[in-house]
Parts: sequence; C-alpha cells; structure tokens
Amino acid sequence: MTCVLELRQVSKSYGSGASEVQALSAVDLSVDRGELVAVMGPSGSGKSTLLTIAGALEDATSGQVLVDGVDVATVSRSDRARLRRRSIGFVFQDFNLLPGLTTLENVTLPLELDGVRSGSARAIGMAALELLDVTEHAERFPDELSGGQRQRVAIARATVGERGLVLADEPTGALDSVSGEAVMRLMRATTRQGVAGVVVTHEAHLASWADRVVFLRDGRVVDETITPAGPESLLATAERR
Amino acid sequence: MSVPHALLALLSEGPKYGLRLQNEFEARTGEVWPLNVGQVYTTLQRLERDGLVETDGDGERSQKRYRITAAGAQELGEWLRTPPELVPPPRDELVIKVLVALQVPGADVQEILQVHRRHVIEVMQRYTRIKADAAQDDVPLALIADSELFRLESIVRWLDAAEVRLKQLPVPPATATAADPRPEPTRTEVTR
Repeated sequence: MTCVLELRQVSKSYGSGASEVQALSAVDLSVDRGELVAVMGPSGSGKSTLLTIAGALEDATSGQVLVDGVDVATVSRSDRARLRRRSIGFVFQDFNLLPGLTTLENVTLPLELDGVRSGSARAIGMAALELLDVTEHAERFPDELSGGQRQRVAIARATVGERGLVLADEPTGALDSVSGEAVMRLMRATTRQGVAGVVVTHEAHLASWADRVVFLRDGRVVDETITPAGPESLLATAERR
Repeated sequence: MSVPHALLALLSEGPKYGLRLQNEFEARTGEVWPLNVGQVYTTLQRLERDGLVETDGDGERSQKRYRITAAGAQELGEWLRTPPELVPPPRDELVIKVLVALQVPGADVQEILQVHRRHVIEVMQRYTRIKADAAQDDVPLALIADSELFRLESIVRWLDAAEVRLKQLPVPPATATAADPRPEPTRTEVTR
C-alpha cells in the first residue's frame, strides 16, 4: 500500500508565553491509499486542528506533513494551493455547497479553479456525481436537495478528479443515524476506489465504519484500534450464547 | 430473543412444518441467531401443550404441520406490546470495574477507560463490517447489527462521560504530590 498522508511528530501551538495553547503534540499518523481512518476524541482534543494541518490549510509549529510524499512546508504558497485543489478534498459538517451554483457547478468548481477547461470539467464532474448516484440532480441548486443528497454532492466535490486524500470533519452533520450511515458507506466506498480518507467524528457508530480508529486526547494520539477480525468470529460468538 | 414468540409470529402467516420454521427463523434473523431443529420441536411441543399451537396429524414430528390457535395469536399480540424488562438494571461489570479502579491506589483510570473504549469500538467495527458486507436491502440483518451497535455505542458514551466527570474531580492531595505511581506506604495495599 502507498502512504498518501503522513504526519511525523507534528505539533501545533497557538499563542505564546503564558497564554500558549498546545493543540497537537508530536502526532504521528499515516494513512494509506484505500484506507479510511477515523479520528475520535472529546471536544478540544485537537481533532479539527489535525485535519486542517493534514489538509495544508494551516502550518504545523513543528514536525512534517507529507501529502503524496511532498512535504507541504517545503513548497511555495502557490504550489501548496495547487496541492489542495488537486490532491485534497474536504467534506464539512454543514456541507458548504455554494448556494448560487448548481450541483454540477459546485462539483466542477475546484477543477475549473485549477484551469481544467469547462467541457472536460463537466465530464469529470458528471463521473463523480454518477459514482455517488446523484446525476439526476446535476442541474438543481443546493436548496432544492435533501440533506442526504447535499452530502452526496459534497463528497462528490471532495473526490472529483484525481484527489488522493479526502478529509472529512463530522461529515454526517445533523443527519439521522441511517442517513449518517449512508454517508459513511459512501466514504468507505470512495476510499476503496484508491483514495485515503480521514474522518473526524465523536460518534462511535460512525467511526466504526473506518478501517482504523485513532484516539486523540489533549493533542496526543493515545491509542488506536487494531485491524478487526473477520465478521465470522462474531457470528461464532453469537452461536455460543 | 424469545424463540416461542418468534415461532408464533412465523405461524401467524399460515401453517408450517418444523423444518421450514427453522429455516425461516434463521433467514429472518440474518442467520445471526442460529437455531437447531431440536430446539424448534421442543418449543413447538411446549406451545402445543399450552394450547398456543395445534397440529393436524399424529405422525412423526417432522411430518406434522403446525398452526397457530386463537389463544396463540392473542399471546403473540400481547407479547409484542409488552415492554422488555428494563428495571432493575443488570449489574454492569464495566461500571463495577471503573468504580473499583477509583479506589485502587495508583490505578490510571483514564487509561482503563481507554482500554475499554478501544475494545468496544473494535467490536463495533466487526458489527459494522457485517452490515457493510451484507446486501443493502437486508433489513433484518441491519436491524440486528444496529441494535448491537447502539447498545455498544451507549457504553462508549458512558466511558466518554466518565472521562469528563473524572477530569472535573478535584485532584486529591495524595496523588497531587505523588510523582511516584506506587501506593503510599500509609495506604493499605489492595489484595489482588
């Protein structure tokens, strides 16, 4: 497997002197292509900071962040913006779709910003919508879609084109548990296509869709799950009851 | 899981043979709750004795077709509406362990909470994989997996709440000064 995201001894602090807050301390994390990792932790444990640093939206105070093998601190500002547009997709809690744009325009926006010609961008965008089964809504506006459909569009936008890394911050938002599960199913399916995924969540039933769950406490990775055994062993346990 | 009532429910669709009841029971519970045919016949015998089902023949048990009686239908209707036993709560081993840990000098309760949290989530990952691998229209299997997942998730939520509550506790003077994790000599050693 290829490592898409690698955090090496990443620390992040805000402020200085007595008011300094240590948001992350010496975090090591690597996520492979095809792998979905969930990050769990209480409020203020550093989950969102970890995501913004992994997405090159913010700089680490120390340590290295590598996306597709590129150390984001060593590239120019414009190269970093390009890396964000081309390689990294974000899914936010409140979907963050632009209201004045159609579904398809929302999805193709990052491609067009990156200079892809409109005709090709449309074709790539439609392919992403098709994967998430929302092509029939391509010409509709976000406020004409249900919460679940909007989230599908948000995932399509995050994965459109050649993105190798998808970062999601509480991506199921205020959806009910079954719709939330559908989002996690999609995240899992998306990573199976060869994308590396990181999902921040505080809900265990959503985190359990991940291949690996990493636990964050006070800015430190304190624990992680080991690869679960097959479902067979669980059925065997049920049989013994 | 009440096997007698599950069989009554299957019979409420029409008369059936024991073997078919076994197959349908397993199919509808997503084969998570296996049931052997001997259990089926023993249960049917008891239901027949209580007048909740009747048979149409005197031959071998495998040759008999079972039918639900009016009393059986009434029993099923009542059972469906009867809330399961929720009080008094079962004595929860995990709660006891955490309460005990609070009393053990030098025990890192937060670490103990995390050990259990990780374990519970690993079990949840396995149930989720069953759901992920199943056909999306396999509703019975999803319902069974959900019931386990939400039960387990409630444990995680309890662990999370315990963590926050323990952090809010004022630090007792004994541990505030003790950089050495060993119990203080004045304390009674807990027998393991």
